[in-house]
Amino acid sequence: MSNLQLTAEGKLKHFLTIEGLSQSLLTEILDTAESFVNPTDQQIKKVPLLRGKTIVNLFFENSTRTRTTFELAAKRLSADVLSMSISTSSTSKGESLLDTIRNLEAMYVDMFVVRHGLSGAAHFIAQQTANHISVINAGDGQHAHPTQAMLDMFTIRQVKKDFSKLRVAIIGDILHSRVARSQILALNTLGAAEVRVIAPKTLLPAHVQTLGVSVCHNLNEGLQDIDVIIMLRLQKERMTSALLPSESEYFKCFGLTESKLKIAKPDAIVMHPGPINRGVEIDSKVADGPQSVILQQVSNGIAVRMAIMSMAMQPQGAI
Amino acid sequence: MKRIHIKNGRIIDPANDVDSIGSVYVADGKIVAVNTELDGFQADEVIDAQDKIVCPGFVDLSTRLREPGQSRKATFQSETLAAASAGITSLCLQPDTKPVIDTPAVAELIKELAEKANYPQIYPIAALTQKLEGNELSSMLSLKQAGCIAVGNASKPISNLLILRRAMEYAASHDLLLMFRPNDYWLGNKGCAHEGEIATRYGLPSIPDAAESIALGQCLELAELTGCRVHFGQLSCKRSVIKIHQANKYGLKVTADVAIHQLHLTENDMIPFDSAYHVLPPLRTEADKQYLRQGLAGETITCICSDHQPHDVDAKLGAFPETEPGISSLETLLPLMLKLVAQHAITLHQGIAAITQNPAAILGLPAGALTVGYPADICVFDAEMSWQINQDNWKSKGVNTPFWGETMKGRVTETLQAGRVIYRLAVGVDKS
Repeated sequence: MSNLQLTAEGKLKHFLTIEGLSQSLLTEILDTAESFVNPTDQQIKKVPLLRGKTIVNLFFENSTRTRTTFELAAKRLSADVLSMSISTSSTSKGESLLDTIRNLEAMYVDMFVVRHGLSGAAHFIAQQTANHISVINAGDGQHAHPTQAMLDMFTIRQVKKDFSKLRVAIIGDILHSRVARSQILALNTLGAAEVRVIAPKTLLPAHVQTLGVSVCHNLNEGLQDIDVIIMLRLQKERMTSALLPSESEYFKCFGLTESKLKIAKPDAIVMHPGPINRGVEIDSKVADGPQSVILQQVSNGIAVRMAIMSMAMQPQGAI
Repeated sequence: MKRIHIKNGRIIDPANDVDSIGSVYVADGKIVAVNTELDGFQADEVIDAQDKIVCPGFVDLSTRLREPGQSRKATFQSETLAAASAGITSLCLQPDTKPVIDTPAVAELIKELAEKANYPQIYPIAALTQKLEGNELSSMLSLKQAGCIAVGNASKPISNLLILRRAMEYAASHDLLLMFRPNDYWLGNKGCAHEGEIATRYGLPSIPDAAESIALGQCLELAELTGCRVHFGQLSCKRSVIKIHQANKYGLKVTADVAIHQLHLTENDMIPFDSAYHVLPPLRTEADKQYLRQGLAGETITCICSDHQPHDVDAKLGAFPETEPGISSLETLLPLMLKLVAQHAITLHQGIAAITQNPAAILGLPAGALTVGYPADICVFDAEMSWQINQDNWKSKGVNTPFWGETMKGRVTETLQAGRVIYRLAVGVDKS
């Protein structure tokens, strides 16, 4: 599976998961992203790296933020971009995933950016698609969201510089979170001192410790010595499927408030992949407070996605 | 009907405690002598089984042949040929056909299809509840009279235990065997992989082993309450083996089988998102596999089934959770059984008994044994012959097997069903 996304020379061909990628490759992604940010005004430069290339955003699941930043990233790379929300078009007519892909392939595209509700969908597309096409996973089921993880790593590195001393807490619905799975892999690959997950048992996968994390069910205990706090979005439907009693009880136990934040290290940063549920997993004062880097994450999303898209196109001779 | 003399083979017939080099004589579709030389026997055909094993034809407790209703996936014609080439001479058909086997008409249709395929020993399992919906009882007695050998609910759960109780009482009244695959619908949570390390890492909806063992425990309690004969099918985990062992020790007469792939594969063998490994119950842990093997060696589990589920290519093309579960497995039954023997998990006698004598006894069939007077269902195989699983050698229409491309040892050379040679390995085939 790691081979699927790398060329024989070890270069990135697809970007499907963090699993199987080396520390040096992840660092190369972060460094490349750095090069797209203008050091004087922090603006992202427009570059001609993917001129003449066609990128199709295939979103089988709704998304505003991820799709927008992918679109912007593609445009800054001078590529032609087409965004499709598939849930409302072909699949409702009974077309299979494979047929959708085949049809688009026939229109000479160079890259698919895929978001899909089922784990493994991006792998499936990468396996099935024509050899010259790169596939970027923009989130598949509960499996992986590797570009989100990389923009989070970029943000952490901007503020904290070095991963080796960092203790990172990921708080909330780990069970259903593709973001968390990718973040854990990335943090461990980059050598973080500790990755700690904090959640009730109902929101943790059965064998979560095998992912290389320490586990805590209590926020007050779990926030001690923490340098980076990553909050996860809590979906409303978790209440109706008997995973949690109520939003208010969840907020009481696991919601990040100013007073809870004080338990962590004084220079701890607060992150959230968005969209935020204010008053459910995070208090507005924290989300908008001085320790929050949530909007910085969003801006970084463009540079990091530019880096990944341009690197994945490299083996095909784009650069 | 041909008179056949099978000579020089190593006859292994666990039911009659036979293991020796000798002859088997067949006339009028029946076995007329085993191991005693018949001097005046005029054979129309002599099969030289030198260096081969001669044993009863195999009895498979759980298969899907996809007809009626899904001939796109497989047909009686294709799958009975595959079964014959695998040494299988009797097989049970799960009731989840389309339409479901819940009326005598469907059972009759299956009998007709079986006759047409020239493979009459197909035994339909009747649906325990109408449309397998778990709400109302099927006409079990009429279904039995139409040729159904047992009742079962295939992979469909019966959530309401009162209905399961009533169904078991009714089945017991007509001395029908219940073939039950334990699976709690709610705990299963629409999962597609074992709730373990792999599902955690790849974010796959998962099924805990307790989904099976809890449903099994409930059915054991009801077996005692209702007096219904129960056979548990396709067990996949340690907790189930322990529960069956305890029940037997306690004196409850229940039996169990395991699908052959569960004895060889675990979640760790899965190639991530490769739908060939998508099977239900899911592939579990190394500890579960070892317990299943021990259960077989200790005869807590007495049968091995193929749990054959052929699929068309499209059914396996997609993101892992949306692909259809199941493995096409008739043709790997014997080689994988022999692999268990080679790995010293079980003895050859246990392995052969698990696919002949034991399942036949559970079904109450005059099969699975080379008993004089029984229909001559016989399998002759070369335990040392290697063959590759590829398009040239494969008979089933379903190529959905995680073993595709592998080279396996153990190949059937002749299969006799009621005295007819229904399969013979073509001469000059690639033996490499």
